[in-house]
Amino acid sequence: MSSAGTEVTSSEYIKHHLTHLSSSPQTSLVDFSVIRWDTMFFSVLTGLIVIFLLRAAASKATAGVPGRFQAGVEMLVELVEDQSKSIVHGNRAFIAPLALTVFCWVVVMNAIDLLPVDLFPMLAGLMGIHNLRPLPTADLNATLGMSFGVLILVLYYNLKIKGIGGFLHELVAAPFGTSKNPFFAVLLAIPNFLLNIIEFVSKTVSLGMRLFGNMYAGELIFFLIALLGGAWAGFGVGSVLAFLGHIVAGSIWAIFHVLIVLLQAFIFMMLTLVYIGQAHESH
Amino acid sequence: MNLNATLFAQTIVFIVLALFTMKLVWPFLIGAIDERRKKIADGLAAADKGSASLKDAEVRIRQLETDARAKAQEILAQADKRHAAVVEEAKAAAKVEADRLIAGAKAEIDSEMQRAKDTLREQVAALAVAGAEKILRREVNAQAHADLLGQLRQELR
Repeated sequence: MSSAGTEVTSSEYIKHHLTHLSSSPQTSLVDFSVIRWDTMFFSVLTGLIVIFLLRAAASKATAGVPGRFQAGVEMLVELVEDQSKSIVHGNRAFIAPLALTVFCWVVVMNAIDLLPVDLFPMLAGLMGIHNLRPLPTADLNATLGMSFGVLILVLYYNLKIKGIGGFLHELVAAPFGTSKNPFFAVLLAIPNFLLNIIEFVSKTVSLGMRLFGNMYAGELIFFLIALLGGAWAGFGVGSVLAFLGHIVAGSIWAIFHVLIVLLQAFIFMMLTLVYIGQAHESH
Repeated sequence: MNLNATLFAQTIVFIVLALFTMKLVWPFLIGAIDERRKKIADGLAAADKGSASLKDAEVRIRQLETDARAKAQEILAQADKRHAAVVEEAKAAAKVEADRLIAGAKAEIDSEMQRAKDTLREQVAALAVAGAEKILRREVNAQAHADLLGQLRQELR
């Protein structure tokens, strides 16, 4: 347990682990004057790890016989390249690297969840930091921030491919179509526009929420499993059973979570490609 | 589930990371992959070409082998013919030489025989004269009959 020496209840333990290291305590639901240092630190750290590894592979990349590391990275690159090629029809000079970055970054961020839940909070506690959540993707700000970035790119590519006029026309003309009659044209434009706005919002929110929800739930289950081991109270039937339960449940959940880590990262990458691909296609 | 400024910071980090990958990672890796693909394609093409030229070479070798076999056969036939001719020639030469030798030997034998005959005749003549002398010495003067004896010796020769 993070605060050794003092007895904490289960709910206090969970609450403690769900509290971010913030610049100031957040009272309202939305408060843009607050920033969460733990999310920022770990997402930037994982981002740096990712680009360091990718850069290391890229700078040593040869066309000759590749090393294992290079071959592994190349497998990823080819996977992403194939996916982006089949989804996005247009210039992929930025989109394919974007998808690679998204995939690798989300994988590494998610993988923090596989580390012991008390490891980083305890290390932080030694340095005098009392609240820390090391898993950035279990922070809605991080995942929505990324999907916000995707939204910006979707809007950018919409404007780039279709032009301002084309994009505005599509906003009011799709998906219900438009009419030659000005009255009906305006009548159709209102639901068209509303539906497009709803589509953009729902895409962005669902993209961020999906990753957040999965990782938050996974993290929470790790906390609950950690409570089993935390229930140790000297040798006794209950303690030993809880300890064994921790080991068994923790192992099973961690193994299963490997799938979730990779799957959610893959889904996030694919949806990013799909949304940007849609921006390339006019209705 | 509270929203705060982390969202915007994360958005910026996201785009910065993607830009970094685009500039400094993706081109190198995809370049290496494409170059290797090209190398592999070239290698496969070269292998195809190699196997085709191997087939060509095999055909050529078979042709050469047939030619060589035919030539060898020809040379053998020629050699046989030549061999027969040489033997024939040698036989003829030997015959000629043998004939010559035989003729020489015969001539020598003839002349030898002639010489033996002559010697024999001389000795017979001398013997006859000696006998006649012995007979005549009592009654005939050798000087008186010298002409006769000489004549006789001449005749016996």
